[in-house]
Amino acid sequence: MTDLVATTPGLFPLPDWAKAELSDLKGHQKGDLISGDEGPELQDAYDRARTEVVDAQTDAGLDRVVEGQLRWDDMLAHPLAVHDNVETRGIVRYYDNNNFYREPVVQDDLTFDGDVAAELDAAAEQVDDGLQAVLPGPYSLADLATDEHYGDETEFLHAVADFLAGEADAFPDVETLFLLEPSLVENAPSEGLDAEVPEAVTAVADAVDCEVVVHPYWGALDEKVYAHLLDADVDAVGFDFVADHEANLYNLQEYGATDDIALGLLDGQNTLVEEPEAINERVDWVFDNLPVAEFDTTYVTTNTETFYLPYSKFEAKVEAAADAVALAETEVQA
Amino acid sequence: MTTNANRDQFRPEDHPNDHFLLTTVVGSYPKPKWLNRAKELYEDPDHEFDADDWAEAKDDACRLITDEHERAGLDVVVDGEMRRNEMVEFFADRIDGYEFNGPVKGWGHNYFDKPSVVEEVEYDEPWLVDEFEFTSDVSERPVKVPITGPYTLGFWAFNEAYPSTEELVYDLADLVNEEVEKLVEAGARYIQIDEPALATTPEDHAIVGEALERIAAGIPEEVRIGLHVCYGDYSRVYPEVNDYPIDEFDIELSNGDYEQIPVLEEPELEPDLALGVVDAHTAEVESVEEIKRNIRQGLRVVPPEKLTISPDCGLKLLPRDIAYGKTENMVTAVREVEAEIDSGEIDLENPLADD
Repeated sequence: MTDLVATTPGLFPLPDWAKAELSDLKGHQKGDLISGDEGPELQDAYDRARTEVVDAQTDAGLDRVVEGQLRWDDMLAHPLAVHDNVETRGIVRYYDNNNFYREPVVQDDLTFDGDVAAELDAAAEQVDDGLQAVLPGPYSLADLATDEHYGDETEFLHAVADFLAGEADAFPDVETLFLLEPSLVENAPSEGLDAEVPEAVTAVADAVDCEVVVHPYWGALDEKVYAHLLDADVDAVGFDFVADHEANLYNLQEYGATDDIALGLLDGQNTLVEEPEAINERVDWVFDNLPVAEFDTTYVTTNTETFYLPYSKFEAKVEAAADAVALAETEVQA
Repeated sequence: MTTNANRDQFRPEDHPNDHFLLTTVVGSYPKPKWLNRAKELYEDPDHEFDADDWAEAKDDACRLITDEHERAGLDVVVDGEMRRNEMVEFFADRIDGYEFNGPVKGWGHNYFDKPSVVEEVEYDEPWLVDEFEFTSDVSERPVKVPITGPYTLGFWAFNEAYPSTEELVYDLADLVNEEVEKLVEAGARYIQIDEPALATTPEDHAIVGEALERIAAGIPEEVRIGLHVCYGDYSRVYPEVNDYPIDEFDIELSNGDYEQIPVLEEPELEPDLALGVVDAHTAEVESVEEIKRNIRQGLRVVPPEKLTISPDCGLKLLPRDIAYGKTENMVTAVREVEAEIDSGEIDLENPLADD
């Protein structure tokens, strides 16, 4: 029997008071976004916001609790956007969304930074167990950035992976690490580079002593990319069943899966809140359609980050995920 | 010099040069601080500042910004969208079928109340006719009406009600068409459909095309219909744009330092080009010389009689003095470029020569 785990891929919306307060403190222009050296007033606002989203997750009953990545103004590009050897330029579109981030341009070696570890340290003080780290996967982070230093896309991918491994190595104890890899779907690696992705992902995964989930979203991976990804030394690969259930099911049927699996079943980009019963039906649908479905752990999550949602709907999604898993566990016991 | 009847109706009688590059703005403009203060008072239930006071404040702001646009020398003005809060929110508020659940992030700390469509959308009261009539009355110059396009109104909302957002877009396009008809009846001759969402999903260019066909259906030829798109990869919607029923294609290119200009060079751009020449997201006023260089980029794509000049995008997030400085320098730069084209100083075959 699989162990169902209710979680999220992080990158939450700020509570509404924090949106207003931080926008007053920071301003609205390109140069006003987070730089990694915020003063005490900003730190205090983010600390209070972090406490609120940690509480929202524990109150809802999620099995894994993330820091919330509320400081990530540049979304998944954040770890580079705050790096000293990276220049941020014009604002560019974040995948196919009505969201923008500052283009991070890598200009020198990607040395250790520690920004994400510091956030997790702060969260660890408030989470007794089930702390989950979130990082962009190496391919997505490299894809979101521009390289003006390494000069070769394979070398750059591995440099980004080594940087992320260094960041992950500084993490406090966590239960799970989610590596978000939407670029593997949205801008799939070219022939040759696709074979480098498992090594890059493994480099990051090997830096932590916890369960590692690689989570692509906004569709299904190209077959070949998926087959390569299965060579990475990770515990689970995630599937966005909201965006494309058929192609994801096909990949699972044709190529099998890791020992654990993450199922993106709640829409992280729509305010329509799924019923717990409906979420569980979707879990069953996936399992019923697989010839063998013996996963040790099944993560039930939104398909994407949830910063796209109004805060109240984000809370409702978190509750729906937690309620679905709780309901499934009750039914098993009954 | 060739003419372009659709745009020559906006040429001022006292225009100083032979050539005419139409100057305008995309639409939004920073609100005076007192207007935001007035809004707070109006929203404060304990304050006696009431709905009439709030309406008067908005009228005053429209007069002020329309005048500010005239002072800057723009050929076609807008009221700076003083009555509008946000480009989707404002319309969603007026269309039956939408509801609001709170603000969401656009970029950085810029938020908007992204609405959810919870049932079929329907036309209720006119959206912009009062706004247009007011601005026309207080302005000496022709007035442009920016309208958020149906693709953006559909895709920048959460769709809880329609089986596909495409179906929602077509329903919304019919509502926009109804609104444009009412605006034209009221005397509007320059409509700008804002479709920033197209840049997010350029593969949907056919949906936008079909929506524009519905919007333009039955609208007289002399009414100028522009399409504004921003912050995207234009190679993914070009040359399909040439098939759209539009008179003008308005894009932001200053932000990307004109790297995308070659996209529009081949095949020839059919509608007029409205070129962004000042960055809407940097708080420094570009010099007249810099803007003149930017304008010349547009001449690589279209002849002067097909070139409109505007900022990259709405200026509402800038400090007001910066927004004014950019607009004023933009007009100065345009008039100088026109004179240089008149005198032959700018070689239209090679507009970047001597740069």
